[in-house]
Amino acid sequence: MRISSFGYTLKQGIKNIWSNKLFSLATIATIAACVFLFSIFYAVVTNFQNIVRQAQTGVAVTVFFDEGLDDARIQEIGQEISKRAEVSRIVFVSAEEAWDSFKENLGEYVDTFGEDNPLADCANYEIYMNDVSMQDSLVSYLQTVTGISEVHKSANVATALTSVNSLIGYVSLGIIFILLAVSVFLISNTVAIGITVRKEEIAIMKLIGATDFVVRAPFLIEGILLGMIGAAIPLVAVYFIYTNVIDYVSTKFSVLSSILVFLSADQIFYTLLPISLIMGVGIGFLGSLFTVRRHLRV
Amino acid sequence: MIILEDVSKSYSTGAPALNGISLHIEPGEFVFIVGDSGSGKSTLIKLLLRELSPTSGKIVVNKVDVGKLRHRKVAKYRRSIGVVFQDFRLLKDRNVYENVAFAQRVIAVPARQIRKNVPSVLSLVGLAEKYKSRPKELSGGEQQRVAVARAIINRPPILLADEPTGNLDPKNSWEIMKLLEQINKNGTTVLVVTHNREIVNAMQKRVITMKKGVIVSDQKKGGYIDED
Ligand SMILES: Nc1ncnc2c1ncn2[C@@H]1O[C@H](COP(=O)(O)OP(=O)(O)OP(=O)(O)O)[C@@H](O)[C@H]1O
Ligand SMILES: [Mg+2]
Repeated sequence: MRISSFGYTLKQGIKNIWSNKLFSLATIATIAACVFLFSIFYAVVTNFQNIVRQAQTGVAVTVFFDEGLDDARIQEIGQEISKRAEVSRIVFVSAEEAWDSFKENLGEYVDTFGEDNPLADCANYEIYMNDVSMQDSLVSYLQTVTGISEVHKSANVATALTSVNSLIGYVSLGIIFILLAVSVFLISNTVAIGITVRKEEIAIMKLIGATDFVVRAPFLIEGILLGMIGAAIPLVAVYFIYTNVIDYVSTKFSVLSSILVFLSADQIFYTLLPISLIMGVGIGFLGSLFTVRRHLRV
Repeated sequence: MIILEDVSKSYSTGAPALNGISLHIEPGEFVFIVGDSGSGKSTLIKLLLRELSPTSGKIVVNKVDVGKLRHRKVAKYRRSIGVVFQDFRLLKDRNVYENVAFAQRVIAVPARQIRKNVPSVLSLVGLAEKYKSRPKELSGGEQQRVAVARAIINRPPILLADEPTGNLDPKNSWEIMKLLEQINKNGTTVLVVTHNREIVNAMQKRVITMKKGVIVSDQKKGGYIDED
């Protein structure tokens, strides 16, 4: 297509939108709702994933040894465990260290124990994993190792988080899918009305010898523009909402700052922006293509 | 230029609108097509425009076998034919200039060229001054002249007009016919469907008379044949 006729097509597309404002508005609003929800869910889910990932790196399995096991064997066990694929890092905690950290938590009551170390047999390995989902296989292995008396699994917070996360993912996908369908339906209607309104013009275009493409292009442009506007509005809104919310939460709940590590708006939008725009434009294009194919027999 | 061989066209209902028509029109001819209402004149025009396809028979226009024309070649084919209707068919939301420029825009003529062509064709039809007017601000005759300008701006070798003076008073009718005659003198083959007996009789052109889907008379320098 030449530049001049592209300009013409674009102008006609905008005219179409303008000439049936009500439907155009309804369409933009639905796409906006769709993209808005998508953005919110995306922001929540990626943050959630990020938090879970952070939490996972802190999850450890602890193993204790048989009473009186010698240091050489303990070291050997340490080397064996380190070789496992699940393991990212392994830390030896001696009885003294275990007692020291326990004392810190105990505060003033510590004196009641005198000079004895009640955790004399509590030397252990803290084993950090690459991925919490590997915890079960690691634990069953550890239980077979001779010299290990006890294996403590970490509380399954991280695993629970992961499943909540995927539930949110599925629910949001469902809602977004429904909204997508509504958007396509509305776009289709808007474009169909445009086609009816411009019937006369289309008939003249065809008689003059306009190609199918030239006849159809303004309506495709119309759909794409509606999609783009529909996507742009919520993106701007979400950007402001997001920056304000993470600001608010991090100041209000600063106690939780070690757990609640938010991604920055820029990190989120780096992926969200292109996905949402493609989504808006895609809905617009497909919705109008579908309608043009059906209603615009050329 | 235009050849019809034993062309018939039946709509899904009723008797055939065209029933075995054969016809030769040479380049540069000016031809009137006359006949009763319902005799198939508009159907003939639609076949030539490839709005309809013949039920049987062969239509060749400008060496193009119109009946066999593939869908995606239709647009290009139509660029060789200008067309004018009784009801003008102008775009009401656009001014005279835009209505005429439209015909060039939809076939992607460069903007610079459009700016040159439109004023020149508007002055040819005598509307150079009214280029900014909307259709509703024009008389019927002026509107039809805009339609003619739009039909010829792409310089088609053939111009079809289906009752171009049907909505016009005698004076405007004459002006439009004179305009079509002038366009014909510049080399365009012109086919005019009309009920205007006075003009047909006065202009002494080739006259094809149709009745119930067949050609009943074809005169070289003819007049309007009265039914009764
Ligand atoms: N779309 C259609 N469907 C069915 N029948 C049609 C259709 N168009 C025209 N006809 C019929 O075909 C016949 C020829 O119609 P056509 O329009 O060609 O006549 P015409 O010569 O142009 O008449 P007029 O002078 O009134 O314009 C008529 O009997 C008409 O009823
Ligand atoms: Mg007719």
